[in-house]
Amino acid sequence: MNDPAWIDAALAAARPQAVAALLRYFRDLDVAEEAFQDACLRALTRWSEQGPPRDPAAWLILVGRNCALDGLRRKARFEVLTDAPPEDPVDEGEDELVDRLDGSHFRDDVLRLLFVCAHPSLPPAQQVALALRVVSGLSVKEIARAFLVSESAMEQRITRAKRAVRDAQVPFESPGAGERAERIAAVAAMIYLVFNEGYSASGGEEHVRVALCDEAVRLARLLLRLFVGESELQGLLALLLLHHARAAARVDADGNLVLLENQDRSLWDREAIAEGLAMVDKLLRAGPVGPYGLQAAIAAVHVRAPDAKATDWASIDRLYAALETVQPSPVVTLNRAVAVAKLRGAEAALALVDPLRERLASYFHFHGVRGALLLELERRDEARLAFGQAIALAHTPAEAAHIRMHLDRLGGLD
Amino acid sequence: MLYAVLCYSQEAAVESWSKAKEEDLMHRLSVVQEKLVADGQLGPHGRLMPTTAATTLRIGRELALVDGPFAETKEQLLGFYLLDCETFDEALEAARKLARERESGALEIRPLRHFVPGKTLG
Repeated sequence: MNDPAWIDAALAAARPQAVAALLRYFRDLDVAEEAFQDACLRALTRWSEQGPPRDPAAWLILVGRNCALDGLRRKARFEVLTDAPPEDPVDEGEDELVDRLDGSHFRDDVLRLLFVCAHPSLPPAQQVALALRVVSGLSVKEIARAFLVSESAMEQRITRAKRAVRDAQVPFESPGAGERAERIAAVAAMIYLVFNEGYSASGGEEHVRVALCDEAVRLARLLLRLFVGESELQGLLALLLLHHARAAARVDADGNLVLLENQDRSLWDREAIAEGLAMVDKLLRAGPVGPYGLQAAIAAVHVRAPDAKATDWASIDRLYAALETVQPSPVVTLNRAVAVAKLRGAEAALALVDPLRERLASYFHFHGVRGALLLELERRDEARLAFGQAIALAHTPAEAAHIRMHLDRLGGLD
Repeated sequence: MLYAVLCYSQEAAVESWSKAKEEDLMHRLSVVQEKLVADGQLGPHGRLMPTTAATTLRIGRELALVDGPFAETKEQLLGFYLLDCETFDEALEAARKLARERESGALEIRPLRHFVPGKTLG
């Protein structure tokens, strides 16, 4: 224990469970966060002197609760109490608490905390910001940097989100099976948003974005450990792992986006891939696979190929067709068209893509894919037009640069 | 005499380590491990994937496949196997063969994240 970093890691690991339990006691996010903060301050001195408690989360919950109760009492009585710190939990207290933390109580606590952040009344950007602040414990400054907004703007966004969830009044009773499934689905979607915020390179510094992806993976693991049999949570974690594993190969030294087929596969994170593949194997064996699981299975086919040419496009086509059935969307069809192009040629793919025009008119990738197909069919003028539309819709310099490369080959924009 | 040393810790805490901390620890461990192998004491060792990658075969009147790790507290760890299989299905089939001869308990199947053969034992 010669390394104080273990305290930071222990506090970060205990945070979701501790804040979730404190939220159940005090029914207020701000009070719960503050109580946890106070407990962390005490942990820093106490743990570095005495080593870690047997159950760090239980310790933090008990100390945090005492701190907050003290504060509330002080406020209620309008009197100044002695400044003596609250007692540390005695061993019996900790044991008793640990017992109570076991089982579904604790599961539903953490699920409730995550669900509060993923509440349907919040717009996606607020969900992500709130989860990163409250569950992950990132500072407002860090989150602001990830979103490329000012610190005060982010502070306001989080405050607004907290107010909205307070007004929404998520019930504190244990949810029934249906309600629990709805909460899990909402939370999974929110975790996916956190990941995408980091993955889609919508700006910000590289290491900040990678941190968001790491955090999403950590949250997905946390949730899956609580609800081990949920196949969509397995699918989500596998999907995130398999995408994240390619991070180092996705952007070249100049910051340009590198397409999957051109990526240097030796840069992929083999450990993450092995874990993702193990989970996909398990999923496909177990039976009906949901949208996250199918997307993970598609990612698995890609990473299994030793090089882009060896990709099993027939499997990818089949998996996208299954995804179109369980979760029909024009974006899914667009992705399927890419597989169809490899299998049956650009003509067949374009027949799938063209009918999507109305619904995907403002979607960058629609025009990018369409341009590439037209180019393959030697319909150069139409390709040029499609690439031009794609550039106009690009979210990042990397996306725009990638399309410009195609245009360069076509002999310029005009 | 052969001794097994089993490693226990809190997964959530391990996941919260920074990359630098993780690499540092793994490096320090590998130095010790290599020394023990060279000394002729340490045989096969490895690191398991997280429990989220686990599947459990419950042994009763019939074998039941349960998603996730072995989570009961009333049974104790009594032994282990290392399987070398191409696919998860193969591993599962081998585990079934091992399970059929047993009357109770469970076999948890968990992929390895990292493996070192170490010294040939025995």
